Amino acid sequence: MSDPILQIDNLNVRFKGKRTVHAINDLSLKLMPGETLALLGESGSGKSVTLKTLLRLLPEKRTGLDGSISFDGTDIMTLSGKRLRSYRGGDVSMVFQEPALALDPVYTVGDQIAEAVMRHKGVSKSEAMATALDMLTRVRIPSPERRLKNYPHELSGGMRQRVMIALALACRPRLLLADEPTTALDATVQIQILLLLRELQREFGMAVIFVTHDIGVAVEISERIAVMYAGQIIEEGTTREVIADPQHPYTQGLLAANLHDVAKGTRLDAIPGAPPSLETRPDACSFAPRCPLALPACRAELPPVRTPGPRRRVACLRAGETIAAE
Amino acid sequence: MSATDMPTRTKAPLLSVRELKKHFPIRGGILGRQQAVVQAVDGVSFEVAAGETLGIVGESGCGKSTTAKLLIGLTQMDDGDIVLDGQRLGPDLSLKALRRDIQMVFQDSYASLNPRMTIADSVAFGARVQGLDDPQGRAHRLMARVGLDPDRFGGRYPHELSGGQRQRVNIARALAMSPKVVVLDEAVSALDKSVEAQVLNLLADLREEFGLTYIFISHDLNVVRYISDRILVMYLGEVVEVAPVDNIWETPAHPYTRSLFSAMPSMDPDNRTTKPPLSGDPPNPIDPPSGCRFHTRCPMASEVCKRKHPVLGRMAQGSPHWVACHLHDPASGHPKAVEEAPA
Repeated sequence: MSDPILQIDNLNVRFKGKRTVHAINDLSLKLMPGETLALLGESGSGKSVTLKTLLRLLPEKRTGLDGSISFDGTDIMTLSGKRLRSYRGGDVSMVFQEPALALDPVYTVGDQIAEAVMRHKGVSKSEAMATALDMLTRVRIPSPERRLKNYPHELSGGMRQRVMIALALACRPRLLLADEPTTALDATVQIQILLLLRELQREFGMAVIFVTHDIGVAVEISERIAVMYAGQIIEEGTTREVIADPQHPYTQGLLAANLHDVAKGTRLDAIPGAPPSLETRPDACSFAPRCPLALPACRAELPPVRTPGPRRRVACLRAGETIAAE
Repeated sequence: MSATDMPTRTKAPLLSVRELKKHFPIRGGILGRQQAVVQAVDGVSFEVAAGETLGIVGESGCGKSTTAKLLIGLTQMDDGDIVLDGQRLGPDLSLKALRRDIQMVFQDSYASLNPRMTIADSVAFGARVQGLDDPQGRAHRLMARVGLDPDRFGGRYPHELSGGQRQRVNIARALAMSPKVVVLDEAVSALDKSVEAQVLNLLADLREEFGLTYIFISHDLNVVRYISDRILVMYLGEVVEVAPVDNIWETPAHPYTRSLFSAMPSMDPDNRTTKPPLSGDPPNPIDPPSGCRFHTRCPMASEVCKRKHPVLGRMAQGSPHWVACHLHDPASGHPKAVEEAPA
């Protein structure tokens, strides 16, 4: 098997300030070239922080970082200056949730895409514009020649997200980070964007990390799913494994709360309580206070990471036992 | 008795909305002349029976939220009638009384609470303004009922609560007025899935306990299906289909409803969606298409759809399933229209 394109080992991210937040705690993750991974979790679980750390976008003075991240053999944590700039946007790029905020309102979309291409590929303006046009065509924007000269406000939400994708892919990154790119869109537009991303991923052969809180979206887009809770990955496996055989009680609860095919009038198996505030570094299972299966041992020490299969893992003392069995 | 077995035919509806209309003028130029009109809500009619939950779905810009705002007079309607419990807004029912009897819970739990008021004061405020007895006591009882200990949370401010807790406060505040109808406009959409399930359980319990009638607006079809007795589908300011939840789920009649349903993620890794049901974004409500407003995106569109505006009618005589589509009108002239049902 080939080498992973991305390897994160024991990553810790801590925000310092008036109060400390332990946003990421001992996170390890491996991604193979061309693989699509969905990072699934609720707000505050550390999904977006993970992506920002990968691009080194976090404010350095106020962030405590340790652990290692290696992209295609290069250590990301020590990059700086020119090499960091060429890494960001060249090797790895990102699509954000709100394209209206991520695009610059005072430049046309053609100029914005061309700027990125000129910066990373060192080509002339006219060549870069040709690439921009090609990208707008690939993301299926109708009449792309005309749209090239549009400003972001002249486009609808779905169009803007297509432009955002065209911008992110213009330099042919080997890894695309997508932070809830369809959350702000209508369901009818969301499915169009998901299918487009799936198709471009196949065509360009890039690896994708897709952050989402929506299990349905994760199933549509990804081969693998990693579930996050309180800054840790608590379960990982292929999409099929995680959906058909969720082993962590939190994953089981999330699936039940999705309401897919839940009979009307039945009570929902809601997970009680709310996620922890992460002001201290977890020294026991973070989910134990909400867990229907928690044992005294769960509150005393960090849960063991079980590996029921190759590249499958669950961080739970009682992995595999279902809530229904109680 | 659950809301579903309630014979809605024999009872007068609790809330009846007729030909609701709201057009927003767009002004521009130096003189601020009217340049165009957004037809946000254009002739929307529906009825809700006591104890029933009506779900309203549609894409952004279809007029769901404008309809909600018109119901409580937050936006003034251009035309139409609202009849609550037999009393017509205007001649029989004052706006103040309407706003007491129809309460609303909004999507943004933080923006809808006064940041300078404690939770207990916010919950009691409406009851106090409306002159209801014992506002403070009501507030305490309802906070306890929605799962917020009044002694612990009553003195706190909105920023000290989580999103799920704030939405519980908003629900308590709505219930403090002893309303007849509660409009929930994307009330659970901003919550995390696990918290959303808790709030949905709470809403179901409260409906049972206080005999509430809900109008539940959401873009999440799974949630709407779970909580509603009937579903109303809107497209560009119009109602295109209304039916009991099982009917519409099993046999969606309008091509738009079918597309909307098939845009839902499949939840089956072996059977993923391969073709988008609709292309492009919803058209602009400023200049809606002629005839049937959906004809520009409709896979079944024919000549007649461009010319003739379909009216909302029953699928069959006495059917609770209503649809506005030429395909279901034998007399429409659509080549693929249904045959006249045998008498």
